This record gives sequence, C-alpha cells and structure tokens, in this order.
Amino acid sequence: MAVGLEHCLVVSISLFLLGVFIVMTQRNGIRVLMGIELILNAANLNLIAFNRFLPNTDVNGSIFAVFVIILAAAEAAVALAIVLAIYQQFSTVNLDEISSMKH
Amino acid sequence: MDALLHSLVFYILAFIVLGSAAYTAFSANLVRAAFSLLFTFFGLAGLYIYLGADFVGISQVIIYVGGILVLLLFGVMFTTNVSGQGTEKQTLQMKWGILFLVVLFLLLIPIAFITPWSVMPDAGSKALESSVSPIGVGLLTKYLLPFEIASLLLLIALIGAVVIARGEPKVRAEAAKEDTSAL
Amino acid sequence: MHTYELLAWLILAFPLLAFVIQIFFGKRLPRQGDWVPVAAICCSLFFGLILFFMVIVGEHDPNFVFQVSYPWFSGGSLQFDWGFHIDNLTAVMILVVTVVSSVVHIYSLGYMQGEDFYDRFFAYLSLFSFSMLLLVLCDNLFILYISWELVGVSSYLLIGFYFWKHSAADACKKAFITTRVGDVFFFIGILMVVLYIGEFNYTKVFEAVAHGELTGWVLTIAVVCLFGGAVGKSAQFPLHVWLPDAMEGPTPVSALIHAATMVAAGVYMVGRLFPIFSASPAAMLVVAYIGLITAFFAATIAITQTDIKRVLAYSTVSQLGYMVTALGVGAYTAGLYHLMTHAFFKALLFLGSGSVIHAVHTNEMPSMGGLKKKMPITFWTMLIATLAISGVPFFSGFGSKDAILAASLEFGMTHWLHMPIFLGLLLGAGITAFYMFRLIFLTFFGEAREPKRYDHAHESPYSMTVPLMILAGLSVIGGFGLYGGLWFNHLVVPPVIGDAAHHAAEGHGAHGSALAHYGAMALSILFATGGILLSYLVYYKKKISAEAVAGRFPVLYNLSFHKYWVDELYGKTVIAFVMWFRMVLARFDNKVVDGIVNATAPALRGVSSFSGAWDKYVVDGLVNLIAIVVQAVGAVSTLIQSGVIQNYLMKVGIAVGAILLLHNFILRIF
Repeated sequence: MAVGLEHCLVVSISLFLLGVFIVMTQRNGIRVLMGIELILNAANLNLIAFNRFLPNTDVNGSIFAVFVIILAAAEAAVALAIVLAIYQQFSTVNLDEISSMKH
Repeated sequence: MDALLHSLVFYILAFIVLGSAAYTAFSANLVRAAFSLLFTFFGLAGLYIYLGADFVGISQVIIYVGGILVLLLFGVMFTTNVSGQGTEKQTLQMKWGILFLVVLFLLLIPIAFITPWSVMPDAGSKALESSVSPIGVGLLTKYLLPFEIASLLLLIALIGAVVIARGEPKVRAEAAKEDTSAL
Repeated sequence: MHTYELLAWLILAFPLLAFVIQIFFGKRLPRQGDWVPVAAICCSLFFGLILFFMVIVGEHDPNFVFQVSYPWFSGGSLQFDWGFHIDNLTAVMILVVTVVSSVVHIYSLGYMQGEDFYDRFFAYLSLFSFSMLLLVLCDNLFILYISWELVGVSSYLLIGFYFWKHSAADACKKAFITTRVGDVFFFIGILMVVLYIGEFNYTKVFEAVAHGELTGWVLTIAVVCLFGGAVGKSAQFPLHVWLPDAMEGPTPVSALIHAATMVAAGVYMVGRLFPIFSASPAAMLVVAYIGLITAFFAATIAITQTDIKRVLAYSTVSQLGYMVTALGVGAYTAGLYHLMTHAFFKALLFLGSGSVIHAVHTNEMPSMGGLKKKMPITFWTMLIATLAISGVPFFSGFGSKDAILAASLEFGMTHWLHMPIFLGLLLGAGITAFYMFRLIFLTFFGEAREPKRYDHAHESPYSMTVPLMILAGLSVIGGFGLYGGLWFNHLVVPPVIGDAAHHAAEGHGAHGSALAHYGAMALSILFATGGILLSYLVYYKKKISAEAVAGRFPVLYNLSFHKYWVDELYGKTVIAFVMWFRMVLARFDNKVVDGIVNATAPALRGVSSFSGAWDKYVVDGLVNLIAIVVQAVGAVSTLIQSGVIQNYLMKVGIAVGAILLLHNFILRIF
C-alpha cells in the first residue's frame, strides 16, 4: 500500500497525542518541554505532509515548518531559562509544587 | 517492489518516531527519556526528507538535535540529580491521561480518514526535487518580512533567556559588592 | 440713541447699579459704601436736571411727548414691551424724585451715622429711588405695575428697617398688606383695561379709550379699580391706616415715602392715567369724594396727635386727599402742582422733625418746647415749610392749594350738589394751618418742658441742615410757578388724545373763572389766617385752654385722638374675621386633616409590616438564594481550580474532545 496523506496524518496525530499526554501527566518541567517539542514536531509533520500531497502548495509548507522550527528554538531557549530560574527560586522543577499563586 | 520499499521506509521511520516518543512519554528515567527524544527527532528528520522537504529535515537535525535537545539535556543535568532517581512519583493523573490519549486518538483518527482531502492524484509518485533553492527565494521575497521578524524574535529570545537565567540583578549586585570588599 | 432715551437710561442705571454694588459689596467698601448710593443719586439728579431743563425750557410745548419702546416678550396675542414715556409731567416728577431722593440720601449720611446695617440702609434707599424713577419713566401699564410693586417692596424693607423692634416689624407688615389690598384692585383694573383694549402702552390705551373701546359701567369699574391702587399707595381713606404706622421707619425714610416716592406714586398714577379717569365722570366723582373724606378726616386727626411724626403723617394723608380731590374734580394741573410743592415742603418737614428727634431723642411733642434757640436752622426751615403747607401767600403751598380750592369751587358752582367738596377742603385748609402751627409752637416755642432733653439738644450736623436749607429754598420758589401763569400751568396739562373727546376742565387753576379764582384765594387766606391765629392763641398765648376745649367736647376729642377708631374697627372686623377664619382653619387642620393623617398611620403601618415581611422573606430570600447558588458554584469551581497546569490542560482536552465529538460525529449522524 502506497504511503498517502492519511498515513502521515495518523503518525502526526499519534505524535501530537503523545506530546499532549506528556504535558498532561509529567510533573517535571523539562519533560513537559519535551512534550511541547513533540507537539510542535507533529504540527511540522502535518505541514510537510500537506505540502507534499495537496496541490499548488509550492514550498509554502516547508517555509512554515522552518518558521515553526525557529519559534521552537526560541521557545526552548526561553522556557529552559525559565525552568532554570524556577529551579533557583524553588529548588524544584515539579510544576505542581510551584503553584504558589493558588490561593 | 520499489513502491513496497518506498512504503517500508515510511513505516520504519514512523515506527522509530512513535516508539521513541512513547518511550519518552512512559519512561521513568528522565535522562533516558531525553535521549529517546534524539531518535524521535532523527526519525522525524527522515520523514521530512521522505516527504520531499529536504531543507526542513536538515534544519530539524541541526536545530532540534544539535540545539534544542542539547539544551534540554543541559536543563536535565542542571536541575536533576542524575545518578540516583528519587523515589518520588514523577507523574500525575496518569489514568486520566491514558483515557484521554485513547479517547482523543479514537476521535481524531477517523477524522483523518473521513475528511475528503483534495489530494493530488499523482502525489505519491511525484518526482522529488531539492526544495532548498525555492525556500531561499521564498524567504527573501514573499516571506521577507516574517523572516526578518523571526530573526528579531530570535535575538529577543536570546537576550531574554540570558536575562531570565542569570537571576535577580539585585542579588548579583550585592554579590559583586561582597566580592570587591573581599578583595 | 436719542438724547432723552440716553438720559432716561442714565437716570435709571445709576441707582440700580448702586443698589447692586451696595447690597453685595457695601460692607467691604470704605465707610460701608455709603458714598456709592449718594454719588449715584447725585448723578441721577444731574441727569434729571438736564432732562428737566431740556423738556421744560428747551421744548416748552404742552403736548410734548417722547416715547421709545423696546420689545420684551410676547405671550399669546399680547406683546409685552418696556420703554420710556417722557413728557412734561415725567420731567417734573423726575425732578421732584431725584431732588428729594438725593437730599434724603445726603441727610441720611448724618442721621443714620453709626446705626446697625448702615450699608444696607443705603442699598434700600437706592432700590427705592430706582423703583420710583422706573415708575415715573415707564411707558406702559405692565411696567407701571412692576415698578409699583417694587416701590411697595422697597418701602416694606425701609419701614421695617429696625426689624428687631416689634412695632417696626408690625408696621412694615401692615404697610405691605394694606397697600396690597389696593394693589389687588389696581391689578384687576389693569387686567380689565388690557382685556378690553389689548394694549399696555399708555398712548395706545388712551387712544382706545378716546375711541370708545372701553365705555359704560365697565369703564367705571375699571377706573375705580385702578383708583383702588392709588387709594392703597397714596393712603386714601379706607386704606390710610398704614401710613401713620410707617413712621416706625427711620425718619429719612418717612421723608422719602411721604414726600416724593411711595405716596406720590398713587397720585402720579391717577395723573398719568388721567385720560382714562376723565372718561368716566362717575368714577371721577368717587375719586373726588374719597379725596375729600381723606383730606378732611385726616386733618381732624392731626389736631390731637402728640407724636410729631404722626402729626406729619396725618398731614400727609390730608394733603394727598387734596391732590386726589383736585384730580377728581378734573383739576389736573392743580393736583399735580400740589404734588410737586408738597413733595418739597413735606420732605422738609419730615427731615426737620428728624433733626429735632435726633436732638432730643423723642417723638413726643409734649416733651419738647423752646428748641428755637437751640436749633435755629431747623426752626427757620421748618417754619418756612409750615407756612407753605398752611397756604400763606408767597410760599409754594399757597399757589397749589389755592388752585385746588379754586378748581373745586368752580366745580361746585357748576354742580351745586357738589359744593360740599369745596367747603370741606376750605375747612380742611384752616385745620391744616391750625395743627401745623400747633406743631411749631409746641416744638420750638414756650419753655423747655423737659430740661434734661433740652440741655442735651443741639443743632444737627451740616449733612442734615444743608438738605433742609435746600428744601426750604425749593419750598419758597416752588410757588412762583403759578403766580404769573408760568411754566407749570402752561405745560403740565392733560394730554390731548385723538379728537380730544374728554370733557375735563383743563388748567382750572389759572384758566378758571375770575370769580372762582379770587373768591377761593380770599377764602383760603382767610381760613389759613384763622387757623394760625387760633393756634397762636391756644398754644402760644394760652388764652384758650386746649384741655378745656377737649373736655367740653369729649366725643369729638376722642374721635380725633383715637383716629376715629379706624384701626380698632379694622381690628374688630377685618382682622377679627381673618383671625376667626384662621382659627376655624386651624381647627379644621387639627381635627380633620390631622385626623385623616392619623388614620392613615395604622393603615400605613399594616402595609409597611406586610411590605417588611415581603422584604424579609421573599426579597431577602431571593437574594440569599442567589448568594447560596453563587457560593455553591464557587465551591464547585474551586475544585476545578487545582493550581496544577496540567490539570487545566486536561480539562481543555476534554472540552476539545467534546467539541470534536459533537462536530464530527454527532452532528454528522443527525
């Protein structure tokens, strides 16, 4: 069976859900960041797949993917800096423990 | 044969990606999870190239594997006691998460199949060309402004990350004073 | 802008401006601002003199009229204007008002020195002068009524100036309410005129009356009602009671009210509206007889009064009666001439009496006596005024009073039935001479009856004596107007309207028959001399004992001394009725109104307790219910608010899942 759009979508859906699952279930902030990376990659995969299979797309999908990667890089840098700052402040990166703003 | 091999490459790559991602999700060891992510990113790069986005695949390898993953590993190293994993529970609402995973999977997969995509008829057999040159032209013509803004964003993120990670300026000022007085 | 218009504006503007400045800033100005109104009225006097000479000497035309009118507003079909009506009468009145007003202002500088509310007093004087000048200058009935009431209000303020004195407070209320009775009639009269003619403007009204737009009994009633205003304002017989009581005000005020302003307003009004009055002979007779009764009756009261200001007050009432009678018999010129001369000598008498009171600190003539040596200026000036009012030749009063007597004699000669008018006035003239010289003898001659007061007495300061001298001069030369048939006689004549249908005898004083003229003159001199002589015998030579005469005619004496019990009569009738009615109303209020009010209380209580219960259980219950619901929702949502971000994400995921389910499957199925 030739690889079609649906196959790629199944992969990207699975990847996305795994990412969300990580974000949802992990206490460690760095793991949460990993989940976010997975979500972004799932989106990229979608972009690339649509660029491949849909008509008249030129390279727009690729360019969008590039921008997403740029954003991901910036996000990862800032987020990790925040995680480090949190670690300095609270001596932990467990997100449920730093809920100091809850009443 | 050729088509089968073609498909096989996809399935292998997909398996690598999903497997390693699942390992990341369920592994108890943080360092291992981070290394598992390495395979996910590589696999994804392969998939991108498989789908004809060679530039994106290369960028994936360079930025994700070479940059973000290393950054994450640094983060792991800075914040976690690597040698001995604590006995504390690392996850929360696990049951709900799994339920969520399954239900949403069952909801989303059918969408991928029942949606009438206007797919190109010969998409699968389209000849693959390098996308580097068109992307370069696109970035400097049609997408010039977003490109420049992206560069600005990166600069801001760079400075911001440095500022945040350095901690309280006041504390540092006091520390510096102590240093000079000590000298 | 025409010169006359400009002058009228200036004459009015100064006192009004002074009033505004004085009432708001008087206290803060140096000398409590007394110089502001004085300067203002002197400016008015200056422009008044210019106006007077321009009109009387410059124009020298009996029919001269200058009119200017500005639209004010219109209501329905009526156009309300305001404007100036300047003719010879106006010019004379402006002169009288400004002269007396400024003299009184200057006199007040001395007389009121050191009084409480000194600044306010001058503010009121300015308001009074403004009101009176407006009344004289205005050109229609509407403004006339407004200024008429303004004069009333400012006189109220001035009579009640010593408001902390009970008697002054009562007097000003009495003056205000009594004149209000007249004003109601005046208002009705104006309304009738306007209703039938539809115009306010004097000239248009006169023309309409001349053309017979208002005739018959309607005209008579309207004229009598208009005259009612004059009865109130000029203190004619039934409504004269306020004037003697108005003596409670400061003496300069008495001079102002009784000489030039308030009481003159009534006579001036009759003179101004003479074309309407003269159109109704029946009403004219009413006017004449009211005037006669007032003149005679007030004169007899004045004989026995001991309060110097009361004597003068009744003398004023009496003289006003002369003027009104003169107008009533059609002697327009004579009446208004007497108004002018009377203004000067009566102001002089009042200011002189004020000077005396200032010196001895009492109003009672029996406590005075022998002041001639102490107060020479006051004495001589008052003597001049007394000679003038008594009708002694070569003084102003002689000319005017003689003219009135001549006019009434001629009227009596043509209508024999009305001869009593002349006889009453003649007798009144004798009585006037008698009581005025009684005043002089009691005050200035004889021995000092109260040495303490006498020793204390002294001549008044120049600010008071100079006005006396000015007025004395005017009292003398004011008389020259009539002797040679000079300007007054020639110029102040009834206005000629349209085809001159009115029948009034013009200029009786001079143009009347020689018999009437010389007969009246001889008789008036005779009676005046008789009065003076009698007074001389009784009060100077003591040949005749006043007490003995009083004892022989106790009824007459009491009648006069108690002012014919008019006040008591009013007290027993009108006021008693009002009080009784008030009591009935109070009872009604107490029993019926209060009863109703009290009855509503229990009902209200029931309603309110029900409303309270409703409030407590239903409304509060609803409010509490809402609060409970909100609390419950809050409690539930607190559970959702875990503070763990992943938890939120899961909830978002659930929501997304639900939306997906709904959108992609359930909706598609159906």
